Amino acid sequence: MSRKAIIYDAIRTPRGKGKRGGSLNEVTPVRLLSSVLRKLEDRNQLDTSLVDDVIMGCVTPVGEEGGDIARTAALYADWHVDVPGMQLNRFCASGLEAVNTAAAKVASGFEELIVAGGVEVMSRVPMASDGGAWFLDPDVSIQTGFVPQGISADLLATLEGFSRQELDELALISQTRAADATQKGYFKSEIPIYDQNGLLILDHDEHMRIGTTLSDLASLKPSFEKAGSIGFDEVALRKYPMVSRIKHLHTAGNASGIVDGATAVLVGSEEIGERLGLKARARIVSMGLVATEPTIMLTGPGPASLKALKKAGMTVNDLDIIEINEAFAGVVLRFLRDLKINDLYRVNVNGGAMAMGHPLGATGAMLLGTALDELERRDKQTALISLCVGGGMGIATIIERI
Amino acid sequence: MNTIEYKYLEDGIVNLVLNNKSQAVNLIGFSFVEDFSLAVAQLLQEKELKGVIISSAKKVFLTGADLKIFTNKPSAKDLFDFSEKWKETLRKLETMGKPVVSLINGACLGGGFELALATHYRIALNAKKIKIGLPDIKIGLLPMGGGITRLSRLLGLQKAFEFISLGKELSPDAALASGFIQVLADRPEEILPKAIEWIKAHPEVSQAYDVKGYKIPGGNITTPRTAQFITAAPALLMKKTRGHYPAPAALLSVLAEGSVVDFDTALRIESRYFVKLGLSKEANNMIHTLWTQFNNLKKGNSRPNLPPSEPIKKIGVLGAGMMGHGIAYAAALSGYPVVLKDVSLELAQKGLQHVITLMDKRIERGQFSVEKKQEVVDRITPSDNSQDLQHCDLVIEAVFENRELKAKVTQEVEPFLSKKGFFASNTSTLPISGLATAFSPPEKFIGLHFFSPVDKMQLVEIIKGKMTSDETLARAFDFVLSINKIPIVVNDSRGFYTSRVFSTYVEEGLALLGEGQNPQCIESAGLAAGMPVGPLALTDEISLTLIEHINNQTDKDLSAEGKTRPSHPADEVVEKMIHGFNRKGKSTGAGFYDYPAGESKHLWSELPQLFPLKVAVLKQEEMIDRLMFIQAIETSRCLEEGVLSSVGDANIGSIFGWGFPSFKGGTLQFINDYGLPEFVKKSKDLESKFGKRFAVPKLLIEMAMGDRIFE
Repeated sequence: MSRKAIIYDAIRTPRGKGKRGGSLNEVTPVRLLSSVLRKLEDRNQLDTSLVDDVIMGCVTPVGEEGGDIARTAALYADWHVDVPGMQLNRFCASGLEAVNTAAAKVASGFEELIVAGGVEVMSRVPMASDGGAWFLDPDVSIQTGFVPQGISADLLATLEGFSRQELDELALISQTRAADATQKGYFKSEIPIYDQNGLLILDHDEHMRIGTTLSDLASLKPSFEKAGSIGFDEVALRKYPMVSRIKHLHTAGNASGIVDGATAVLVGSEEIGERLGLKARARIVSMGLVATEPTIMLTGPGPASLKALKKAGMTVNDLDIIEINEAFAGVVLRFLRDLKINDLYRVNVNGGAMAMGHPLGATGAMLLGTALDELERRDKQTALISLCVGGGMGIATIIERI
Repeated sequence: MNTIEYKYLEDGIVNLVLNNKSQAVNLIGFSFVEDFSLAVAQLLQEKELKGVIISSAKKVFLTGADLKIFTNKPSAKDLFDFSEKWKETLRKLETMGKPVVSLINGACLGGGFELALATHYRIALNAKKIKIGLPDIKIGLLPMGGGITRLSRLLGLQKAFEFISLGKELSPDAALASGFIQVLADRPEEILPKAIEWIKAHPEVSQAYDVKGYKIPGGNITTPRTAQFITAAPALLMKKTRGHYPAPAALLSVLAEGSVVDFDTALRIESRYFVKLGLSKEANNMIHTLWTQFNNLKKGNSRPNLPPSEPIKKIGVLGAGMMGHGIAYAAALSGYPVVLKDVSLELAQKGLQHVITLMDKRIERGQFSVEKKQEVVDRITPSDNSQDLQHCDLVIEAVFENRELKAKVTQEVEPFLSKKGFFASNTSTLPISGLATAFSPPEKFIGLHFFSPVDKMQLVEIIKGKMTSDETLARAFDFVLSINKIPIVVNDSRGFYTSRVFSTYVEEGLALLGEGQNPQCIESAGLAAGMPVGPLALTDEISLTLIEHINNQTDKDLSAEGKTRPSHPADEVVEKMIHGFNRKGKSTGAGFYDYPAGESKHLWSELPQLFPLKVAVLKQEEMIDRLMFIQAIETSRCLEEGVLSSVGDANIGSIFGWGFPSFKGGTLQFINDYGLPEFVKKSKDLESKFGKRFAVPKLLIEMAMGDRIFE
């Protein structure tokens, strides 16, 4: 790498419940993303004409989220007309992929200053409403062994021998940590969302269930039993003949919540930061991208993280903070196993998506911001962010404070 | 409760009677919403409730929001909470599972119609006069009680947009045909039994959109047909409003954004846009002028404080040309017998024929009935004989703008007027006091300046001559109101108010051309300022000859007084156009525009060569400032000189007289909107750059220093 890719800022919206009655349900995706862009401009006194690109992850880019929402949001935010925008989709990795792409463009010297992030208003544009050949084209579905992600998660848990209690315990930790971090004000890069009249719409993550107990979690019904019973279990088992029966262990409690949210990260070269007087907060050290077997789908984070560590010349012990997306509790446990991590003292220290939800296209970049905030709070150095990704992929990014 | 009575009827039916004890009409204000929510809370407590009937004890049902809410400078939160509370209450009412019926006995507008929409069954008295609809958009607002969300669910996005954006007001039978009313009652006493009967037949009801699986007709924005509408609508809107009116744009947003969410979330989206509009300058200007000042005008703010004037039983109109037959039509339409007199019977009959053609066109469009046409025709008597004007209580002359001719016709008919009769001249330029000398007594002579085309233009500028009596003014004022037109009162002076200020806009446009500014840019600036037509096109319409004629007349009058008219840069342009290039305006087929047969007009291509650039190219904002400031400054002068005595008359006159943009609230509200001190500062700047005509009237300087605004 010829140059460093520096993170100058990272902000995110609170996550609203991604359904009817959720606070952000009334906010269109482009408005939500624009308010993040405006805030980013404001916080950094940014001359937007210097922004080379706006790269935004969005997993359901149809309807209100369709048609390159990155460019539309930049225009709607009244940014300089010269600022281009690109929407990208790598499923749940999209937000982090946007940051990685920005970092690559900057580090290569092709660009100077890029805003990366993501948006997903799942309450307005429902998950999977963009369709896709993987499940809408029977020939593809049959040939590749498509199953809904929940089936994959339950297959993973079955294979690894995780118990329901283990999964629920992890979910409880997520809830407790998230509540604690919120209460203590650790989410300092979370920006409140206001309406067009300056009236507050939402200023906190609202998916959390403060005071949830293990027995509450235990009482929840498995979410994917029905999908499994219509035949998706059989599809999965054909690829995993060593399993006799898939145990349906994942519930609404120990899987990530459906939420609305958006985020933006300001990535640039050292030179432009100096020129604009921006404070360099961290640099992007390395990234790892893998794909694994798509039916089990969710085993990517481990290998992706090892790949990133190897490129950085680091070991797991060099990491101070780890953010592994809590798409499903089983994914986190498998990741820990892959990385030979035995405890949670540096993992998802302020909770995760099981408590606060997973706004698909935004989550990766949000986690990066959360990790950076926590490194600064603890005055530590290095963090790894990783997510499992649809289609069997996995992604990881390592950042280091400056 | 001061605004609602809670009454028990037979068999577990509760009647909420809208009856504001401190006002003549029912309006939705803070206390009304409070009362209504208490009433609904009580309904929810009723154990044996079988149904609810909402009716009014007033002549009106409910005529919408009390606009004092806006004029009392509310905060965003005040407005938001108000709107949300009103909606929440209506929502409780419509979702409690019991049948709710509204009895529409009178005007049911704005919030009143929204309340009715939240009920399950609407019965209206079948009386033509009753108006039902959502006119909020006409004063820059939107429905704030769920009207948009309910109509979008009932009609689909496109139809809801059409209905609300036009601010339509329907008669009960039209509302029935549109599905807004379920049944009509021919007599007032039939309404209640019909309501009770319906309640008994429908013990459990819910709105169609509250039934699971309900789909918006035509679908939400993800449906191709609706997506197509939403894609085209902003462009259609821009064509119509040029982006000056935020309310219809907000309406589109409410419809689109609300279409992909549940009902209650859609209601909240609606509230947020409503608040934004409620706090907007545009709505503030429109409410100030078109509601507050307009109501004061209709109450007789500018009318002498005299008892109601004696009724007018017969009217004479002299001259059956454009203006004459238009006035005859307006009077006959309101029930007055009219004698339409011209020099020959043939000309008088031709005038009547024009009136008939006018009505036929309206009949074709379904806006008029054949019976009504016959009534109007029967009321107009064409004539060439002054004797036919015997016993007229009012004679209006609309002959050519020529002093001698006007004096002649005045004297001719004077003997035939009834004893208490009065005489009016429809002149638009000649001073009234001078014309009055031809009539005896001059106290009963007044100016009634109608605008062309009379059937469409609502304004009438009443000009009080030096001798005109208060009684004559009061009679003229009452007459204008009685023919459904808008009277403003001005004192006699050159060009009165409307012609005088209107001409400053036109002449400023000509001045810009004289400086060599791009003619298309001048026209675009006029439109971008919000004026209905660019100044050059407007000049073509009224003709350059007319401008020259008025200027010559003014020169003559002033030289008689030993004065001279200050020169205006437009003079040279007029002179060149008429005498240099022989281009006199649209009526001669050539002016600033070419008028090729069968094609649309276009600017004369030689203008840029004939008026080469002398100064720097101006930015559009600067052109707009000049075109608008000159009108506001001239209006201030009219007020200062006593030509005008009411701010409301100035504002309303400018909007209805020559199309000054209503989103600016009229020529004086324009100054309030800009800010008095800022306006003075900017005017001084314009004066230093472009000349004395921008000199700031003392009145404005004093007002700016005294921190006052035009009220």
